[in-house]
Amino acid sequence: MLDILAEPFFRRALLAGLAIALVAGPVGCFIVWRRMAYFGETLAHSGLFGVGLGLLLGFSLTLGAVATAVAVALLLMLLKRQRALATDTLLGILSHTSLALGLITVGLVTGAAGDHMDLLFGDILTVNTRDVWIVWAGGAAVLAVLAFLWRDLIAMSVHEELAQAEGVRVQRVELGFILLIALMTAISMKIVGLLLITALLIIPAAAARRVARKPETMAVTAGAIAAMAVVMGLMASATLNATSGPAIVLSAGLLFVLTLAFPQTN
Amino acid sequence: MLKAHDAVLSAREATLEIGGRKILDRISMDVRPGEIVTVIGPNGAGKSTLVRCMLGLQPLTSGRIIRRPGLRVGYVPQRFPLTPNVPLDVRRLLTLTIKAKDAEIEEALRETGIAHLTSASITRLSGGELQRALLARALLRKPELLVLDEPVQAVDFMGEARMYELISEIRKRHGCGILMVSHDLHMVMAESDHVICLNGHVCCEGAPTKVQQDPEFARLFGPSAARMIAAYTHHHDHDHESHDHHHHHHDHRH
Repeated sequence: MLDILAEPFFRRALLAGLAIALVAGPVGCFIVWRRMAYFGETLAHSGLFGVGLGLLLGFSLTLGAVATAVAVALLLMLLKRQRALATDTLLGILSHTSLALGLITVGLVTGAAGDHMDLLFGDILTVNTRDVWIVWAGGAAVLAVLAFLWRDLIAMSVHEELAQAEGVRVQRVELGFILLIALMTAISMKIVGLLLITALLIIPAAAARRVARKPETMAVTAGAIAAMAVVMGLMASATLNATSGPAIVLSAGLLFVLTLAFPQTN
Repeated sequence: MLKAHDAVLSAREATLEIGGRKILDRISMDVRPGEIVTVIGPNGAGKSTLVRCMLGLQPLTSGRIIRRPGLRVGYVPQRFPLTPNVPLDVRRLLTLTIKAKDAEIEEALRETGIAHLTSASITRLSGGELQRALLARALLRKPELLVLDEPVQAVDFMGEARMYELISEIRKRHGCGILMVSHDLHMVMAESDHVICLNGHVCCEGAPTKVQQDPEFARLFGPSAARMIAAYTHHHDHDHESHDHHHHHHDHRH
């Protein structure tokens, strides 16, 4: 089973997957702390439209995904000002409209029956060396921004108004966080796919919550659990011929179930 | 009529309209050092909104909030999740937005009576303990102004009296101004220097004894509340003549 490690394609997949996992852990913690699961999903879904635009107009797909995710986040902020519809309703509208828009634009390029499954579910086993570099560089950028916002983001996650009253510039931090999720989405697209990236953000963080007593421990634990999920998923993918993206997510789900056996520490 | 020059935080004609509805209507008020200003009023009177405006969390439609430059504010919000998603112990809760030495943290916790809970996870705290942790958190900032929005929420009846006692001690010890929202009329009458009855606009205001005789006060809280307060403050006044203030408080509460 371990001789699969000798295969260059598998090593590349492992390297890319581990990079995503180490970033998804800490970022996912904030998604869980701030109850933004659906928000993260909406940004991820909207990324497909950016990819479609990129394919159609011939610019970088990563850039396209980041741009549409940020645009959708800003649109949401604007829409939130009206008070008739709840945020989850707005997210539902934005998420699915942008996903539909994405499927159509991508379809225009690749043909209606075209192969955009890899965008939705990832195709980690086909990443090339350049992709690996992009994921590591992008991941490092995301972690750097996160480290910079860390203290303020935690204060805001505990009590946003209290943080604001104590001088945290909440709007600026919020904007930084949105950029961060958009970037995260863009670099994970090829690895776990747009439909499943939220799972890799939420499930390891949720598993880590049960055993962590400090925010930092939870972030590191979540990263470790995500990394384990990537390794397990890739192994399953190689030995059982399972689709790699879903196999990674399923592994994360399995690890979460295992943490239920631990007593809740707090 | 209102002097602002010695105040740490003031509102002038503060007005807030949301969706054509006036939430706050030309509110003017001052909080001075060492002074307890209490805002009372029925549900939906705009008490918490006024506090949020005073703190700069909610922009006004018109009017202004004047804050002394560099003012250090300690804020205890009305709602705080008892089971927040972020895993935190009490020490970390206190230092979310400031750095502090262990000795300072311990002193703040000792002052609010929960020094033994420094390393406890906040999900393990009772409502009263959490409230004390939040108060310690505010004190750690060495505030010149404390803003307390319903400080006895989620605190049982016995805890309520002790909490108010604590607030009164804090004012004496630190000399900070205190802006408080309270529904507890007893406390308002016993400790406040200035009471503002709010119902969108300022219905009546002044010293507690003056406010409780105001017909607007009776209209807002019902005549029985006014009578109850009258009886209480009568007793209070009477006591006040024969005993020293401090002693009286102690007596009355037990």
